[in-house]
Amino acid sequence: MSKKPVKKEVPTTGHSWDGIEEYDNPMPRWWLWTFYACIVFAIGYSIAYPAWPMINRATPGLLGYSTRQDGEAALIAAAQANDVINTKLAETELADISKDPELVTYATNAGAAVFRTWCAQCHGSGAAGVQANGYPNLLDDDWLWGGAIDDIHTTISHGIRNTMDDDARYSEMPAFGDILEQEQIAQVTNFVMSLSGDADSPDMIADGAIVFEENCAACHAEDGTGDRAQGAPNLTDAVWLYGDGYDHIFAQISKARNGVMPNWNTRLSEPEIRAVSIYVHSLGGGE
Amino acid sequence: MSILNKHKYIETNATLLLVLSFFVVSIGGLVQIVPLFYLENTIEDVEGMRPYSPLELTGRDIYIREGCYVCHSQMIRPIRDEIVRYGHYSLAAESQYDHPFQWGSKRTGPDLARVGGRYSDEWHVDHLRDPQSVVPESVMPKYAFLEETRIEGTYIKDLIETHRFVGVPYTDDMVDNAYLDFMAQSNPDSDYDGLLERYPGAQVRNFDGQPGISELDALIAYLQMLGTLVDFSTFEPDASR
Ligand code: HEC
Ligand code: HEC
Ligand code: HEC
Repeated sequence: MSKKPVKKEVPTTGHSWDGIEEYDNPMPRWWLWTFYACIVFAIGYSIAYPAWPMINRATPGLLGYSTRQDGEAALIAAAQANDVINTKLAETELADISKDPELVTYATNAGAAVFRTWCAQCHGSGAAGVQANGYPNLLDDDWLWGGAIDDIHTTISHGIRNTMDDDARYSEMPAFGDILEQEQIAQVTNFVMSLSGDADSPDMIADGAIVFEENCAACHAEDGTGDRAQGAPNLTDAVWLYGDGYDHIFAQISKARNGVMPNWNTRLSEPEIRAVSIYVHSLGGGE
Repeated sequence: MSILNKHKYIETNATLLLVLSFFVVSIGGLVQIVPLFYLENTIEDVEGMRPYSPLELTGRDIYIREGCYVCHSQMIRPIRDEIVRYGHYSLAAESQYDHPFQWGSKRTGPDLARVGGRYSDEWHVDHLRDPQSVVPESVMPKYAFLEETRIEGTYIKDLIETHRFVGVPYTDDMVDNAYLDFMAQSNPDSDYDGLLERYPGAQVRNFDGQPGISELDALIAYLQMLGTLVDFSTFEPDASR
């Protein structure tokens, strides 16, 4: 740059600041023409697209473009692309879906996507749940409400103990802290532990069995294997919803947490619910 | 073009330069902002939108205080991916009672515009206490202190009045009953008929599962309301938007 000779013919702007003058060079041609082209483009653009605010609304533009319609159209296009298989998925008997390999492949993939978006926050991205926090592992064959495809579908559609869906699965374990003596809770805790392993205080088991018989058997069954109609877990299998060990079991019996899952029938479409049901069913524990 | 040669005069007169610059810049602002106040289709009429209940409004203040908006937006754009992931796109009406609005501009975490009802209260308790306990991959900070801070509702009436002052249509009835409504919403054993009448669709539960009203109660009440108010079965989108 420094080699460029100073062009003496260029006029100055005329003002002088502390003896410093400013050349009045013309704008470069390419720059000017780009600038004019931008102006022309802007005028065209504001005619073609929504632009100028008028009295009631803005000018709609000749192309009739709208972001909402655009989004809507993209949704419709996506729905149409999968329309045939989604309709088939929604209309096939749930139990028969597994007989159609094409449906199974589609549903497992689509279901995995639904799961990662809507379910992983509670059940974990690998569906292993969060043990001790009440979010069940969906990989095992230990089911609270049933592991047949129909059961899983009902659970997912209506949810569990939520206030949004009248058909949500419902049951409530009472908080025995207000009902039984601390001593009795200690006894029955030991009895429950003995069902799947070793009790903390084996001498309490016999008394615990009586407490269990009187207070718990109606839901958890005489032998402690649970009752799926009431979502009462199997206590004999060493799979714990609210944590292993004396303290956790004692806490659940005295305070009784009852897990809540939202209903998905208002947020997901029937094909999506079916897809994720098939996916969960396929994870290893499906019956 | 002698007028163009006057810039020496403007440039040497600081006050005039300031006034004229302000004038030029304000044209841009006027053209963009003013029409939004009078154009009829800016805020469409929708059914179900109502001012926030006292407990929800308190929760909203906590949301702002804790800077949740730094990582979370509340604005679902009308784009396919967002509608599929978060639900119906956001309407202007849904933030019409927000002062200030919580649209946000950064999504480190997901959009929260329709998070209401998507999770259980218990999940929100677990998640706010320790996000990694339920979502191991999460980078969200822990907010365990919220459940320990009790709120008495001493200033709840002032809060409602302030929002009325800036234009939220709270009625006298709502202002007078602010404290009662505040106390009722997290206590299912209370008489909350008045609350439901004033704020249709308000959810009454003991959100944090512990006695008394904590900041966690208020925050979860707010989160569980988000995006649930508008009845989309009666909503007709305006094509020209
Ligand atoms: C807010 C957290 C939450 C979300 C999100 C969630 N779940 Fe659940 N889910 C639970 C809880 C809690 C239970 C256990 C309820 C109980 O204790 O009976 C459960 C139970 C289930 C069960 C029954 C398990 C059994 O043993 O019978 C299935 C199946 C299931 N969820 C599938 C899903 C699917 C599929 C999704 C996504 C569409 C989903 N869940 C989303 C919390 C959640
Ligand atoms: C009204 C039915 C009902 C009664 C009565 C009942 N339970 Fe339960 N129990 C349940 C349900 C339902 C669950 C699962 C809660 C959930 O899914 O969140 C449960 C869960 C449990 C758990 C936790 C299991 C785990 O996997 O972590 C234990 C332990 C338990 N009950 C013990 C007892 C004992 C001991 C008694 C008697 C003192 C009893 N229950 C009485 C319904 C009942
Ligand atoms: C550092 C950024 C950050 C801040 C600050 C933050 N979050 Fe989050 N949040 C996240 C991330 C990342 C996720 C996704 C992972 C997860 O679920 O924890 C998330 C998830 C969530 C979700 C679940 C949303 C969904 O649909 O899955 C809720 C609700 C939430 N945050 C509420 C809050 C609230 C309330 C606050 C303020 C008290 C807050 N967050 C502050 C980063 C943040």
